[in-house]
Amino acid sequence: MAIIERIPASKLIHKIPGGGAFLTTSENILKWGKASSLWPMTFGLACCAIEMIATGASRFDIDRFGAGVFRASPRQCDVMIVAGTICIKMDDCIRRLYAQMPEPKYVIAMGNCAVSGGIFYHDTYSVTKGTDALGIPVDVYIPGCPPRPENLLFGLMKLQEKIRNESDAPK
Amino acid sequence: MKVMPPNEIFEGIKAKFPEIRQEGLTGAVVIPKESLLNIARYLKDDGPGFDNLHCITAIDKGERFELAYTLYSMRGHHGVTLKIYLAPDDLNVASLAALWKSANWLEREVYDLFGIDFSNHPDLRRILNPYDWKEYPLRKSYSNPRFITKPRL
Repeated sequence: MAIIERIPASKLIHKIPGGGAFLTTSENILKWGKASSLWPMTFGLACCAIEMIATGASRFDIDRFGAGVFRASPRQCDVMIVAGTICIKMDDCIRRLYAQMPEPKYVIAMGNCAVSGGIFYHDTYSVTKGTDALGIPVDVYIPGCPPRPENLLFGLMKLQEKIRNESDAPK
Repeated sequence: MKVMPPNEIFEGIKAKFPEIRQEGLTGAVVIPKESLLNIARYLKDDGPGFDNLHCITAIDKGERFELAYTLYSMRGHHGVTLKIYLAPDDLNVASLAALWKSANWLEREVYDLFGIDFSNHPDLRRILNPYDWKEYPLRKSYSNPRFITKPRL
């Protein structure tokens, strides 16, 4: 297999046979760049944050996917990883952080709590039932309680796949 | 300071405050709410020397609220549990924040979750729930439109 076919974005570019050049469109280059350089927000809400931290550390190395630059400001981020239980007290804060992120922006709901409320779904007064309940569109759901770092990396790869397959129409 | 067994602590309080009694199953010391401050002062300064107010919590039993104080002595390594029975229409008790600093936040937590009013508390605000929260969520009568009850099988 040629090297060019092994890279995930190989469908976006076409190699000219026999030559050292390839053809693509500027939209495709942009999508490739967006998918390969996701800047997540430092945003841990509960125990899933520990797994997210482990994903960022050397053993799992989220930097391999170009998503290792965790920023402390939403204005410098592309992807919000909602890692943990969303308490009702945190609702407004999450909505504001999402609104502060510049376009294009993506959301990963990590763990059962961020997906649907998880173990706090029943008989709980203080927990929001998932990221959707806040009106925030979620791109990738990662189930697990908590998901292992491999699951988060898989979710990240799914998000990259989604970005690479976006339609060219403006968002 | 030597370790004091629970019955010795109980007898010590009983000698000064004859109105107390011992709860059957738990062994907690049940006191009337009027004598809380005096008993707390005795327990901290004179008697067993409880220098740590470990926990304050409440139990909603329907016909009454039970307020439980867990005291501990860091020097003697002994402890005692005080209980106060409160009628649901009179949820008011003296604050211990002047005696133990930890009572400040612990009483705010009990106020937040059970709505028990601590008189002379320096700063009785909610501590866990948002400030505009209505009602008291750990009461048995609490309900909320967002509350999803687990189906009982």
